[in-house]
Amino acid sequence: MLADSLSRLLADRCDPALRMKVAYAAPYHSPELWAALVEMGALHALVDEDHGGFGGAGFDIATVFEALGAALCPEPVLPALLAARLLVAAGADAGPLLAGDLRYAVGLFEMDGTALDEIETTADGGRLTGRKSVVYGGPGADRFLIVARDGARLSLHEVAASDAQVLPYAMIDGGGAAEVILDAAPARLLMADAGAAVQDALDAGALALSAEALGGMETALALTVDYLKQRRQFGRPIGSNQALQHRTVELVTEIAQARSIVILAASRMGTADQSRSVSMCKHLCGRVAQRVAEEAIQMHGGIAMTWEAPVSHYAKRLVMIDAQLGDADHHLHRVMAGLQAV
Amino acid sequence: MDLSFTPEEEAFRAEVRAFMADDLSPETAAKVREGRTLSKRDMEDYHAALYARGWLAPSWPAAYGGAGWTPVQKHIFDEEAARASAPRLVPFGIAMLAPVLFKFGTQEQRDYYLPRILDGTDWWCQGYSEPGAGSDLAGLKTRAVRDGDHYIVNGQKTWTTLGQHADWIFCLVRTKADGKPQEGISFLLIDMKTPGVEVRPIRLIEGGHEVNEVFLTDVRVPVGNLVGGENQGWTIAKYLLTHERNNIAGVGFSTQAFESLLTHARHPRRSGRRLIDDPLFAARLARIEVDLEAMKITNLRLVVAGQSAGAPGVESSILKIKGVEVRQALNDLARRALGPAAAPFPSEDLDGNAAIVPADQAGNAAEYFNNRKMSIYGGSNEIQKNILAKAMLGL
Repeated sequence: MLADSLSRLLADRCDPALRMKVAYAAPYHSPELWAALVEMGALHALVDEDHGGFGGAGFDIATVFEALGAALCPEPVLPALLAARLLVAAGADAGPLLAGDLRYAVGLFEMDGTALDEIETTADGGRLTGRKSVVYGGPGADRFLIVARDGARLSLHEVAASDAQVLPYAMIDGGGAAEVILDAAPARLLMADAGAAVQDALDAGALALSAEALGGMETALALTVDYLKQRRQFGRPIGSNQALQHRTVELVTEIAQARSIVILAASRMGTADQSRSVSMCKHLCGRVAQRVAEEAIQMHGGIAMTWEAPVSHYAKRLVMIDAQLGDADHHLHRVMAGLQAV
Repeated sequence: MDLSFTPEEEAFRAEVRAFMADDLSPETAAKVREGRTLSKRDMEDYHAALYARGWLAPSWPAAYGGAGWTPVQKHIFDEEAARASAPRLVPFGIAMLAPVLFKFGTQEQRDYYLPRILDGTDWWCQGYSEPGAGSDLAGLKTRAVRDGDHYIVNGQKTWTTLGQHADWIFCLVRTKADGKPQEGISFLLIDMKTPGVEVRPIRLIEGGHEVNEVFLTDVRVPVGNLVGGENQGWTIAKYLLTHERNNIAGVGFSTQAFESLLTHARHPRRSGRRLIDDPLFAARLARIEVDLEAMKITNLRLVVAGQSAGAPGVESSILKIKGVEVRQALNDLARRALGPAAAPFPSEDLDGNAAIVPADQAGNAAEYFNNRKMSIYGGSNEIQKNILAKAMLGL
């Protein structure tokens, strides 16, 4: 079973110490770990059999990302998922991506824009002009998939990294992103009307991030429970304090709810309820992840303020994951719209 | 995890729906929907309809009239019952005393009491809490002193739900004064018609009469009414606590409350405006919808996990805590949704013409206040957190 072998690989080769070492300086991840993930088929699990993979269902995506989240893995799997989803929708070949021969990243949002209708990049005569912000996995990508505006429609294009100006940086929770500046960059049109495909990729990405958060939450909780048993003050373990016990139990119930909503969203992928269920999922996971992060820090006390404590890195990831592909408020608006629609 | 229902399960759902359409009295359903008080007769009629259908005691052994439902069937039944605004089944005989008799009772006790529970001859109530023993139940003081073939019982029970209708009460009583408090408790069945049993109503926060005090003064109880051994009552109480977790999350009730509130919020007011278009209200409702959707899956996951473990475990504490939070949040929002129109005090005096909100919303404020009990009874949410901290986290 992929989930087991993936968890074993990550247990052997990936831990917060690796993230501290590799995720904050170019290339912002571990090429060796990336190669191992590719070799074991972690990317193939994200795509269905008809398009060169062996998975692609909601539960496949959730399983892979929960394992990545539990190990705080810094590898750029999210951009690979988004790109593979878009390539398949466009009828393009995802083979080189899945085989690890080409790394893709996806240029979606721009500067201060957080919604698809704020995209301003234009395509003119096969050339793209615009600036994509916080492109996950941008550093070291061979190809970019760029979403551009064509009147009311969104179009999808492929640009070689050598034809774009790529400004790489590390993110505060580790891993690489980039500003991608396109100045009449030569591009290949993949889809003229890509709105639905882009939304579908965003749904898959939001499900993946929710599952990644779930894995991270479980580990952060386990670290916290261990610490509560081990750390002694006033002559007894701090976990003997009811105030802390109840706060920890509240995390248990909230994480149980987060797991349930991930299951729900995974089961609805490919149905008419996909987008709204994923929004419910990303909303709840965003809400719960931040709470788990803040409580984990508070209950660890001063040590959680240090770089060397693994919990601090989980906490950063759990908080910042909310800002990726629509935060809790963004997705709550989408859930509200469903209630108001009738 | 496969979340879809099998064709057999869907067929079962249709059966339950048909039963509710045919056999649940519309007057009773209207009372439930509108939060009005049910009469003893209303509850007895629903009980009798379920009995006739063979669905009254689904989790009993088949030999005693059980239906052999799977947890999923039970879940479907609960969902459909709530959707149809069926009354909550009075649990004291069917879901509380019966499991105790199956596990700890004598054959004679089973043969006598169980058929009378099923056919509605005996209405049971529960005598656990006392004025000085709530969450710390082991502190109970009601004494039973052996006198030949009888116990003489003296003390006071409280929060006795629907005790005003009951024929019998099962009580925890103290049979040993020394040693650990938990080790001196026995489980005793008391006929409410025995001289010395007096029931006094307690009026609740919203004005209703649901619970009672039961005073026991020199009540003579035959020794044969002891269940299990003398001083074994605490074991029975703990057993009951983990088994009395049937439908604890109340997902069906919450789903029904959500649908009702959403319908109300989508209904245009005379001005043409709709409550659901208020973004602050819509955000509150959307958050609850998300919590409820997650709760449905949590409920199924944990019920199935409990089933495969053989008994409900600590998971039931998660279901109680979160299920109650969702339910109370819905009650709160339903009350808010009425604004100042939540004010009229529901009573028989209230002239129909004076009603300013639809009948199915008129009880919202009363229900909000009444359901604050949910995080207190059955082991308060704080007690549940103590249990989880110890059992699940080892803290």
